[in-house]
Amino acid sequence: MNNVFVYCETEGTKVAEVSQELLTKGRKLADTLGVQLHAVAAGEGITGKVEDQILPYGVDKLFIFDAPGLFPYTSAPHTDILVNLFKREQPQICLMGATVIGRDLGPRVSSSLTSGLTADCTQLEIGDYDDVKTGKHYDNLLYQIRPAFGGNIVATIVNPDHRPQMATVRSGVMQKQILDPAYKGEVVVEDVAKFVPEVDFVVKVIDRHVEAAKHNLKGASIVVSGGYGVGSKEGFDLLFTLARELHGEVGASRAAVDAGFVDHDRQIGQTGVTVHPKVYIACGISGQIQHIAGMKDSGIIISINTDPDAPINKIADYVIVGKVEDVLPKMIKYYKANSK
Amino acid sequence: MKYNIVVLAKQVPDTRNVGKDAMTAEGTVNRAALPAIFNPDDLLALEQALRLKEQNPGSTVGVLTMGPPRAGEIIRQGLYRGADTGWLLTDRLFAGADTLATSYALATAIKKIGKVDIVIGGRQAIDGDTAQVGPQVAQKLGLNQVTYAEEILGIEDGVATIRRHIDGGVETVTAPLPILITVNGSAEPCRPANARLVMKYKRAACPLELDSTPSRDTYYDYLYEKKPWLKLNQWSVADIDGDPSQCGLAGSPTKVKAVQNIVFQAKESKTLTGSDADVNGLIKELLNERIIG
Repeated sequence: MNNVFVYCETEGTKVAEVSQELLTKGRKLADTLGVQLHAVAAGEGITGKVEDQILPYGVDKLFIFDAPGLFPYTSAPHTDILVNLFKREQPQICLMGATVIGRDLGPRVSSSLTSGLTADCTQLEIGDYDDVKTGKHYDNLLYQIRPAFGGNIVATIVNPDHRPQMATVRSGVMQKQILDPAYKGEVVVEDVAKFVPEVDFVVKVIDRHVEAAKHNLKGASIVVSGGYGVGSKEGFDLLFTLARELHGEVGASRAAVDAGFVDHDRQIGQTGVTVHPKVYIACGISGQIQHIAGMKDSGIIISINTDPDAPINKIADYVIVGKVEDVLPKMIKYYKANSK
Repeated sequence: MKYNIVVLAKQVPDTRNVGKDAMTAEGTVNRAALPAIFNPDDLLALEQALRLKEQNPGSTVGVLTMGPPRAGEIIRQGLYRGADTGWLLTDRLFAGADTLATSYALATAIKKIGKVDIVIGGRQAIDGDTAQVGPQVAQKLGLNQVTYAEEILGIEDGVATIRRHIDGGVETVTAPLPILITVNGSAEPCRPANARLVMKYKRAACPLELDSTPSRDTYYDYLYEKKPWLKLNQWSVADIDGDPSQCGLAGSPTKVKAVQNIVFQAKESKTLTGSDADVNGLIKELLNERIIG
């Protein structure tokens, strides 16, 4: 009762990285609260395959649901697994990835349990809350912190009276860390039929194409990132050239993605990827808060912008006032000249 | 087959074009400074609904929205593009709703509308980016749910075939009606307003919209009588037989504890020009300190 739960997403028998990041965070929250960390995994043929990918993050109990029809994911069976498990286990917190699956599943579960759900949190903390209206005091609530309103403000959300307190977090926002490779957690293989009625399997996946990620933006040590100020799809060619030279990856702001300059999967920010590179080169990016939320923990930040007062310059280590199309060729040229 | 289709649409502040005056000095949002627009993903959902209507003659498309009286504009925008009708949920009791209370209001309204085969909305609204309301409405109505749809490939024998976006790829699913679909940003754009329909509906309004305009007079009473299609449906909590304790702020489990402007710790930064000497110096410095290899 009252434990911290993490829903572990699986692709075949592989546990998603975002789930492991949340297990790491969940362990810390459980320690703060003095409770256990529990995990749930649902799929087909996962028993014996996923335990080693989950328990080492400090999981005290893993509930496995293994049956035909649980992979690929569809909404109803996974919803009923969580809803019925939570009715029995009464967790106080449930975390899941803000992935396509987590954002399909989380709201359905929260609606069924009439509990609050906060999407795309960038920080999770434990703290107290005083309700101004009722004068009631609450100890140890989950602070669900997220940029709101297009990333222009940061809101701290709490769910005082409903359990579990649910939150989704995007991939890369939390850092994964194995607690103990030999961590001794209990594994419970549940009887799926007791949780999921046959009628849940009405939606069928008839065709599916998943490609391995084309790039490793999340793990890149150098990111060359472009904003609307890059001006065009062609303008991004220069960024790709510099990234190739530096063995880095190319990222983008939401404005550049919305304008069609680069693919959506390169978006950095609250609603995209969060990166922690050694060097972040921001080209023509003004620095909306929702973008900064996804890159502020970079080591060295270099901003190239014609506007010396661009908001991103405040957090930059180097500000180059100039046009991207003038500065980048010089960076490429002098890198080639000096690195030999 | 004929289908009754309800499009969920939201009027949102255009957060993509936030200017410097979007925030007040106290750090709250200055809504008046932001233009109100049709939520972009919801327009894509409207397009999918209109295509279904064309492919299945006799089907109807209605636009359901919740908001202040001025959100009647969302229904007009739907009518201009080919929707048949619309409903505006407007009531002070709806105000301050989080996603759960919003989905309660919408689901209750859909029950009031009656037999609905397809509920379709955008994946998410740009002012919240939560993507929660669609699945929550589906749960409350017991509908099958397909999120992140890119295209409805067809409906046959009461089963929809839908291509949807997933992380790192696409999949095609089949799902029996009744169904709730949310449409991803990668779907086909919505058709523009039709000039003939704009002429027909430009004076369409909800009663409360007129109450807030100073020029309200008997002219509209006359218009409504002659052209009843100009009077848009406007529903309160009572009109949909809603439970006030599940609406608005009262029905919202999530509470906002604090809202703040983000102030990032300003760093001591070096400002350079784009000259050859400056760029060369920077690259050398980064190489010397082994920051880049």
